[in-house]
Amino acid sequence: MFGRKSDVSDNNKANKEIMAVTYIFVGIFILLISYIFYFTAFRSESFINNPYNNKRAQLLSEKIVRGTVYSRNGEILARTDSDENGNEKRVYPYGPVFAHAVGFFSQGSTGVESIASFKLLTSNDSLKTRVVNDLTGVKNKGDCVVTTLDTSLQSVAWSSLGDRKGAVVVINVKTGEILALVSKPDFDPNRIDEIWDAVNEDTESSPLLNRVTQGLYPPGSTFKIMTALEFIKENPDTSGYAFDCHGSFLSNGVKISCYHGTNHGELDFDSSFARSCNSSFANISSTLDKEKFGRTCTKLLFNSELPCPYNYKSSYVDMNSDTGFAELIQAGIGQGRTQITPMHMAMITSAIANNGMLMKPIVISSVKNIRGASVRTYSFEEYGRLLNPDESEKLRELMRQVVLAGTGSRLQGTMGYEAAGKTGSAEYSVDKTKSHAWFTGFAPYDDPEIAVTVIVEGGGSGGETAVPIARMVFDEYFND
Amino acid sequence: MAAIFLTVSKYILIVLMAVYTFQCFSVFKYSDEKERDGIYIRQDAAMSLIYLLSFLILYVQTGDTLLLKFYALTQLILWALILLYRFMYPEASKLLVNNMCLLMSIGFVILSRLNFSKAKKQFIVAMVSIAMAVVIPYIFKKFKRLRRFYLFLAGAGIAALLTVLLFSSSVNGSKLSLTIGGMSFQASEFVKIIFVFAMAGMLTCMDEKYRIPASAATAAVHVLLLVASKDLGGAVIFFMVYVIMLFIATGKLSYFIAGLAGAAVSSVLGYMLFSHVRVRVTAFRDPLANIDGSGYQIVQSLFAIGTGGFAGMGLTQGAPNKIPVVEADFIFAAICEEFGTLFGICLLLVCISCFIMFMNIAMRFKDMFYKLVAVGLAVTYGFQVFLTVGGVTKFIPLTGVTLPLVSYGSNSIMVSLIMFSVIQGLYISVRSANRTG
Repeated sequence: MFGRKSDVSDNNKANKEIMAVTYIFVGIFILLISYIFYFTAFRSESFINNPYNNKRAQLLSEKIVRGTVYSRNGEILARTDSDENGNEKRVYPYGPVFAHAVGFFSQGSTGVESIASFKLLTSNDSLKTRVVNDLTGVKNKGDCVVTTLDTSLQSVAWSSLGDRKGAVVVINVKTGEILALVSKPDFDPNRIDEIWDAVNEDTESSPLLNRVTQGLYPPGSTFKIMTALEFIKENPDTSGYAFDCHGSFLSNGVKISCYHGTNHGELDFDSSFARSCNSSFANISSTLDKEKFGRTCTKLLFNSELPCPYNYKSSYVDMNSDTGFAELIQAGIGQGRTQITPMHMAMITSAIANNGMLMKPIVISSVKNIRGASVRTYSFEEYGRLLNPDESEKLRELMRQVVLAGTGSRLQGTMGYEAAGKTGSAEYSVDKTKSHAWFTGFAPYDDPEIAVTVIVEGGGSGGETAVPIARMVFDEYFND
Repeated sequence: MAAIFLTVSKYILIVLMAVYTFQCFSVFKYSDEKERDGIYIRQDAAMSLIYLLSFLILYVQTGDTLLLKFYALTQLILWALILLYRFMYPEASKLLVNNMCLLMSIGFVILSRLNFSKAKKQFIVAMVSIAMAVVIPYIFKKFKRLRRFYLFLAGAGIAALLTVLLFSSSVNGSKLSLTIGGMSFQASEFVKIIFVFAMAGMLTCMDEKYRIPASAATAAVHVLLLVASKDLGGAVIFFMVYVIMLFIATGKLSYFIAGLAGAAVSSVLGYMLFSHVRVRVTAFRDPLANIDGSGYQIVQSLFAIGTGGFAGMGLTQGAPNKIPVVEADFIFAAICEEFGTLFGICLLLVCISCFIMFMNIAMRFKDMFYKLVAVGLAVTYGFQVFLTVGGVTKFIPLTGVTLPLVSYGSNSIMVSLIMFSVIQGLYISVRSANRTG
């Protein structure tokens, strides 16, 4: 690199140092170049599919006809139609049903339209066609994206939630595929430009908000799954546990009441969970090690990043050695400052159903070119183990008891499958009679396939409002 | 048809740039300038073709004939510069002349695309600077007692930085420039060169026992003044330049290590003391989470680089104007977006070949003063390239420095041209000394 030896003469001893500095700099530059290579090859794709990068997507869509989005069943969820003048319109045949799952591409982008934006705007049509198109001034056809969404399951989830505000999400626990994702209130993505101002100004019901991944709710009794898990971890043999419920629990000046003041009577650990006794769970929480409980929650992805393809909010729980006694037992029954998204709840449930292993949730299964030839197929990936197999088996038993002998009784007598789960009725205002109705569960009990999470805002009791919605989804999945 | 022309020319540009870059490094295989002549001819051809093709694309896309006039004029001047060096200074490094012209021409192309009026302004400043800089090698031949004026140089540098700190208005919280008669002067740009001469003088001409404490104190004052002006990039560059010059002058590895340790400690201190440092680091660690605030610039820059991919969107086909201050600090992101990261990496390699050439020149001197000047300028240049390219690609936190000779900015282009000319002056003097001696 430095030419003749004679230039580097011996009486120039500082040249050794200059050489060393040069090599250090060149080494750092090689690292920088490798990084630029790595970023372009591996990181840029996920980075650029961002609503803030819409300007560049719009530029590309002047040259490429945005591709079609398909459901797993091969039905069209989004396509681009052109009239004789070449004016393009993005069409969503299912209207509001996939409003949040597929999203829109105008006024920014959301859902699959955002996640796969640049894939839909890349053409892998045959080289010949593309050259001919270039020469004749015809726009190239973008690639098509096949999603994991199931049309019939999505439609049932959408209609069973009805006009109520809330969310339903269905995940295949063995693969991580998101089968259905419904958030209400919704909107018609076909008319997004016309209704844009109205839906944006509607801050009261926020129809644009994807409640599945961005709606933070108090978990209510569904949080007893975490409390039960921590109790099992600290007390592997739970058979010795007994509690006599008189409708409330009082300790150190903190009072916890059961839902509607119910007097549950003599309970063991399993029936405390099945009947969702707040008093008993307050009692259980009071024995827990706050620091270990906090670690368990972190393991279950509270206060953490989630492997979620959609834009999401992180769940929150305040549990560490500094947590006060009142906060501890309130958190233990899912009240207080704890907040969780339905998506996160479904991920925890699917991990429990899948022997503790969380599969990375995905919504795009493959990319094909306009002729249907495969461009790229996405494989199922393990995200990580959230809990060990023994713990998840015990939790599955507890959740089965909820259906057999507790608050989930409306899932009894199902045809073709046996379900398990946990209900929740989460208070969200000073008016203690108002609560969000939760259900999170899975089926079949013996060999779980899907996890379903439902929340109905202000829906009252989880067992009465959320469970029937989940049942309709399970029925659709197992009986068709 | 236009689409085909754009697509094909996009790949041709990458190939031409790769050819040019390859020649930059094959230069180091030969030691004699005569054997290298073929290389330089090939480089000049590749450079001219890149320039011609780029302006053809710009013209096809905009239909603005003014662009063609600008092209013709700038191309003539660049050729004239190459020829002028050949005849006026046959001893000059033709690799550096070529690289200087290539970097400037890529700058003119991308500036014409981003903001034509800025391209014109850049060209005018470059003309004036070239006229000034062409005589620098001559001055070096004649004026050999520069080293004795180290105290004057150090004082001038400190005075300039102090003036800016006290009398300038702040832009984005940083006090960087002083406006005199409509021209804005960014003191730290000019002081960079003066500083290298002052340090080289102190480390070679001062009484042995005062050398290190006096130079260290002077360097510290410079760095602290820059920190006070919130010129982060400048402070880091001055610090590194001094540490490396000290290491070369003394040959003591311990100084080098102590310097790096000092850099680490001051980084932590800077992070704890200054909110604007924390803002940069936060934006670096999770730009998407801060997309509406401190992360906006870097996210836009990464969008540009990522959307462009290896082959680029094609000149005029991207949206580089979405990046704030794209013409100055973020020029590399704009080049990557439209020409592709492969082209961008080649550009970076050209900058690296300049750095290696600077260091190569430093090694040819027997005189420690010139050796230190060359090393100091080389490190100033190399580190600045690293800071800006690393910053816009999110390899390191942003420091807000320009890419020499490419970025828009009258101070930046002027100082970069002076720096290249000083190195040429040094090179010419050592080669003619070798020949006569």
